[in-house]
Amino acid sequence: MSSPRVDVSIENKRAESSQDDAKGHPNTCPSCGSHYRDDELERHLRVCPHCGHHFPVRALERIAQLSDPGSFAEAAADLRSADPLGFVDLRPYVERLAEAEQATGLGDAMVIGTARIDGSPCALAVMDFAFMGGSMGSVVGEKFVRACDLAGEKRIPLVSVAASGGARMQEGILALMQLPKTVCAVEELHEAGIALISVMTHPTTGGLLASFASLGDVLLAEPGALMSFAGPRVVQQTTREKLPDDFGRAEQNLRFGHIDAIVPRDELRPTVGRLLRLFGSHGE
Amino acid sequence: MASEQEPGFFERLSKLAGYTLRRGTKLHAELERLQRQLDRLTEEETDEEIWRRVQLARDDERPYTLDYAERIFDDFFELHGDRGRVDDAAVVTGLGKLEGQTVALIGQQKGRDLKERLARNFGMAYPEGYGKAMRVMELAERHRFPLLTLVDTPGAYPGVAAEQHGQGGAIARTQAIMARLGVPTVTVIIGEGGSGGAVALAVADKVLMQENAIYSVISPEGCASILWRDASQAQKAAAAFRPDAAHCLELGVIDGIVPEPVGGAQIDHELAAELLREAVAGSFAELENASSAERRRARRAKFRAMGVLA
Repeated sequence: MSSPRVDVSIENKRAESSQDDAKGHPNTCPSCGSHYRDDELERHLRVCPHCGHHFPVRALERIAQLSDPGSFAEAAADLRSADPLGFVDLRPYVERLAEAEQATGLGDAMVIGTARIDGSPCALAVMDFAFMGGSMGSVVGEKFVRACDLAGEKRIPLVSVAASGGARMQEGILALMQLPKTVCAVEELHEAGIALISVMTHPTTGGLLASFASLGDVLLAEPGALMSFAGPRVVQQTTREKLPDDFGRAEQNLRFGHIDAIVPRDELRPTVGRLLRLFGSHGE
Repeated sequence: MASEQEPGFFERLSKLAGYTLRRGTKLHAELERLQRQLDRLTEEETDEEIWRRVQLARDDERPYTLDYAERIFDDFFELHGDRGRVDDAAVVTGLGKLEGQTVALIGQQKGRDLKERLARNFGMAYPEGYGKAMRVMELAERHRFPLLTLVDTPGAYPGVAAEQHGQGGAIARTQAIMARLGVPTVTVIIGEGGSGGAVALAVADKVLMQENAIYSVISPEGCASILWRDASQAQKAAAAFRPDAAHCLELGVIDGIVPEPVGGAQIDHELAAELLREAVAGSFAELENASSAERRRARRAKFRAMGVLA
């Protein structure tokens, strides 16, 4: 008998996690069916005013939601992925990258820089699920490390906002190496006594949950965010178990002691602001 | 293969050859054979050859962690349990003497027969297995024992309880402890290095792979089912991301390749263990003169440099 070949990897799970997000129009609430104009949804921080469902938020909009107006200064915006494997599946990786950049206006799935939140200075590392499912390859890993460097140089806390299916398969083993790479950077922050506030949004799965996102001094999650190492479909297929209704969701993670708090989006900015003050970021 | 990457590759290979030769000339023939084989690999490795390595890495007769533990150590004493909840048998830990020095061992363990496979969950750890690993890492640090980890897992177990007990966080924290250790650390991937479940035990000063081991971000089957939407395209997927040792060395992901007996480690467990012992002892010897702070700094700098940017 040979070992069972199950998929237990940390691949980008956008295929399955996008199923519940992508039914119909992006501005139609998948939870209650209400439909909104884009400006309405933006005004409500992309939370359904009817049922409270949290829609995905793009990186720059998230930064605008969180930081004091005009305070954000982006860093390392020019970093771009290479194609170390010359990877081609149904399409070449370079083609997928070019398409993602065109569609999102971003160089990769993370935006970093410095900002103020409720008056407190901090470094920011914010992910964008719209760029190849927020998958983490060399650029995301490098940007996160540089955000740690920014925090270290200026001695300000780092706030990270994760939204990712996991490692970027098209970069092969180098994508996996972004886990220890980002973990090493967090270790240096910890040793320097610099706070890391990690916010996990839907979805934070696979390699993200298994690296820096889980290592914050404080772990926050948005309501309903899927936060599992293995995706629900993989677990279902492997174990044939009936999954609990809130499998891998933020609520289950809070109950089992894996995160500190679930914070609705309209409370996120004041909550992060409070934490920054508690950790002693008072401006320079 | 990109010719611009070849100089670095051969430099690393010759470094591996150099230190091993200093430690005993009996490996000379083996290394020459490996060199020839790698020369051939860098010229061209076919899809079939890569797939053959995937199969060898998963071979049921391949030596597992405990097979090596009893052969490379004098007086191996197994340690059990995470001190909290359970003893996860997918992870084996213990202490043993290697060339007169007490070394801590942590490794994933697959089972040989059906009963043992079930008991060891096919080498797929729960968070408790990583908890067990973490407490033995702390023990090693406390007593200044060098740490050897042997990686052989399809991946961390994907199950409801594993998620409820915090699989992702456990893998993250295990890496964090490895990033923090001051003692010399060596990892050898001895079979399957499956994704996050593998890298949790592989944040070491020296990361080596056996000649027919594989190390990958996702299983070829998983990659094929997502990107090709067809799990039967696994061979094609493996050829696209190349989980073999030569490729990992070329990308700078590992520090060296440990030769295996001709035809694979499953053919001769004794020789495979002897080759492994030589490589591990040689790596520890290279690391022992640095200070804790120097090792920590060099280890973090190594991982920090991983990745390729445009």
